[in-house]
Amino acid sequence: MTPDETTKTTSEASDRQPTDGPASGSTRPLAQVPDVSVRPARGGGGHAVKVRGLNAYYGDLHSIKGVDLDCPANEVTALIGPSGSGKSTVVRCINRMHEEIPGARAEGSVTLDELDVYGPGVDVTSVRRLIGMVFQKPNPFPTMSIFDNVAAGLRLTGTKSDDLRELVHRSLRGVGLWDEVKDRLNEPGIGLSGGQQQRLCIARTVAVEPEVILMDEPASALDPVSTLKVEELIDELKERYTIVIVTHNMQQAARIADSTVFMLDGEVIEVGPTNDIFTNPKDERTERYVSGKFG
Amino acid sequence: MTVSKLPEISARRRRTDKFMRGTLVAAFVLALIPLVLVIYYLIYKGIGTWSKSFFTTDPNGNFFGYPGGARSAILGSIEIVGLASLISIPIGIGVALYLVEYGKQTAFANFVRYLTDVMTGVPSIVFGLFIYIVLVEAKVGGSGFTAWKGSIAVALLMLPVVARSAEVVLLLVPGSLREAALALGAPRWRVVWRIVLPTARSGLVTGSLLAIARGMGETAPLLFTTAGVFGLTFNLNAQMNAMPLQIYNDILSPRTEVNNRAWGIALVLVTLILILNLLARAVSRRSRVA
Amino acid sequence: MDASAATVTGDRSVLERSPAARLPDRILKWGLTALAVLILALLVYFFVRLIGESRLAFSKFGLSFIFANNWNVATNTYEAWALVVGTLITSAIALLLGVPVAVATALFLTELCPVRLRSGFAVMVDLLAAVPSVVYGLWGVFFLCPKLLPAEKWFASTFSFIPWIGGGTPTLYNVFIAGLILAIMILPIVSAISREVLTTVPRDNKEAALALGATRWEMMRMAVLPYSKAGIAGGAMLGLGRAIGETIAVVLVVGNAPQIPKHLFNQGYTLAAVIANEFGEASNVAIHSSALFACGLVLFVLTLFVNFFARRIVVRGTTDKRRRRLPRRKGAAKVAAPAVEAGSG
Repeated sequence: MTPDETTKTTSEASDRQPTDGPASGSTRPLAQVPDVSVRPARGGGGHAVKVRGLNAYYGDLHSIKGVDLDCPANEVTALIGPSGSGKSTVVRCINRMHEEIPGARAEGSVTLDELDVYGPGVDVTSVRRLIGMVFQKPNPFPTMSIFDNVAAGLRLTGTKSDDLRELVHRSLRGVGLWDEVKDRLNEPGIGLSGGQQQRLCIARTVAVEPEVILMDEPASALDPVSTLKVEELIDELKERYTIVIVTHNMQQAARIADSTVFMLDGEVIEVGPTNDIFTNPKDERTERYVSGKFG
Repeated sequence: MTVSKLPEISARRRRTDKFMRGTLVAAFVLALIPLVLVIYYLIYKGIGTWSKSFFTTDPNGNFFGYPGGARSAILGSIEIVGLASLISIPIGIGVALYLVEYGKQTAFANFVRYLTDVMTGVPSIVFGLFIYIVLVEAKVGGSGFTAWKGSIAVALLMLPVVARSAEVVLLLVPGSLREAALALGAPRWRVVWRIVLPTARSGLVTGSLLAIARGMGETAPLLFTTAGVFGLTFNLNAQMNAMPLQIYNDILSPRTEVNNRAWGIALVLVTLILILNLLARAVSRRSRVA
Repeated sequence: MDASAATVTGDRSVLERSPAARLPDRILKWGLTALAVLILALLVYFFVRLIGESRLAFSKFGLSFIFANNWNVATNTYEAWALVVGTLITSAIALLLGVPVAVATALFLTELCPVRLRSGFAVMVDLLAAVPSVVYGLWGVFFLCPKLLPAEKWFASTFSFIPWIGGGTPTLYNVFIAGLILAIMILPIVSAISREVLTTVPRDNKEAALALGATRWEMMRMAVLPYSKAGIAGGAMLGLGRAIGETIAVVLVVGNAPQIPKHLFNQGYTLAAVIANEFGEASNVAIHSSALFACGLVLFVLTLFVNFFARRIVVRGTTDKRRRRLPRRKGAAKVAAPAVEAGSG
């Protein structure tokens, strides 16, 4: 890695300050600080995800080979790697979405604190309530209004309509969308711009109060301004959730992730604090990837 | 620190899920019951009537004694539908070719497409009435009810089916294929004849076979155009028998032996239709165009 | 291939061809166009002739041909309201019984069925369409009608408190059986269209629902059915169109009594059935045959309307709602449905 690139990554990383107060001057693109309604803290701590010995298959294809992973509580863990390295598959195994694909299966253990989501008798529907997911392409339900989209998950558990309204508004505030949509909650969700739609999907996900949020390249379909908004949102969200994000954008990982995992061909090659991975990778393959020599 | 615990999925939700899934499976089974019953009865009651004389003698309309076989009906169907296919398949493919190669998105072409769609919704009896008015009543060709008029009525029925499926198949021929040929300087007609049609061949065959299967089963159009007779004839300019007509007549007969013969003919008819469907499937599986 | 001048014009055909070489092309083009025009002209001609043949009946009975109830062959009075009602009742029964089962079957095949069994099972459902109308009629007359009669009697007496549905004495041939057989006949087409509509639901939305912690059924309710509503409705309407026009199976089992059925298991008559049934005896009686043609005209117009609206709804139902754009071709929309969902980002 050339000295130029080293300096660039470190300086970029330090440009991204964690949320520590209202912006001074014009460094933050968002003029407004969103009205963040803080959810009552869950008994004082976050929830960590540990993946041990994960093997995933698409039919006979052995795609994830013995992956171990740690996603510390209230931190952003990024998975990077070239296309086909299995990052999305690993993440989809965490909330057991992987097995929804016909012929796909996974083995191993994925624990949320002490709870193994692959344990015997565990109901996947409950797991997904605890581990939410934001997808690459914004996918609000096309036939539902903005309000109904956010309320979708809450309606499943029969939340009463007064509580519903309160929770929906809170979610929308929490993702910084409230001001933009408060006058048109009954309009179709797909009428929003791409960036707004993705924040709507995030609002939908946090409305059911999960403990972990998985994000599969959440900003790759968005324009740069929206991307920045989403990244800032992720920065705020990690105070309340544990976040695992897949990204093929190394700068993005450098900006928002606390720790980074480099994957290649279905295996974890290297793990570490984001800074270390980018400035001082231990493995040669990591070094080649982050310096742009392949993938 | 509070440790993660799985939220409870309410029993009601679980029950609803199980119940609805069970309902969907039950509906599927329910949908298949008539199919099984029809096929079972066809075989159970039909096989018994199959015999050498069944296939070699004609129905005779007698009130006593042996009611005759089904030969004229079977052969008549083949003749009538055969002629109908000769008419409708080339024309249907022609219309599809027009739509895909020349008309494309013009207003007129879209109108033709719309009409073709409309034609598939027209009840077969209406086609029968059309032909009756225009050809039979007017005694076109010298006589009233004739087989070829029945063929035209059936052809009208088959035409939109052929045209629609042909259009689908022709659209699947990659544009790049056409463009490559055109870029080599080949005239359009040659591109169509040498490249487009052969590539689409199996799809066209499939569509045609399915249209033929459809045509074989139609009764209503024949009622007013051919108005079957019992005797065997190869004269397309005379009245001719056909399987659906004979079955219809046999159902209405008071004689049980004749009713039973209806089952036998129905079994032949359905068997032929199934064979055509299987052939169509086999051909489409070997298709070059996905 | 003749090339008389090589001029780069910027269009597709770079080289000029002599007029003679272009001739086969023109013949083909104009020939095919003429074909299309011919078909169009033929249809218009048929329609006009049908109107012509019906005129006698309409001039004698006026609008009460359709709206008055007195179809009496003996007195040569032909007022067809009972036939219209019969057509509507049998079709309504067909829809009520057939559409839910068809949609449920389609849901089963697209959402629950193991993938490797999917096409096999779908073929089986589609086979229902391979059975010709006359064979359903045969099966109806000799199997279904006698077999169901005891059950119908039980039903009518048990539910006698419900007006029209219960309380009467079932006859062997009745509108219910006709509706039931029609339901079986429209099932494959409604199911096939529903299946096509259901497969256009974006996988993304289904996954989003599951990721929120929805059960399979809840996912269908949230992400699949609302998306597919319009398309399925269109499919149901196409089934309706088919049911309205169905002749042979109905004429064999509906009872052929020109009356408004007094209860569910009573005899009735439909526009299509009367034509098939009375055509023979009507051929020498001008007013009778004109009345039958008029029935055919009413039937034709009815199916045109139903199919017209049905196709519009199906087209709207198979467009990708996320793009909120209509496909440019109506006919191709049903085929291109998967293609509409293509594209990245």
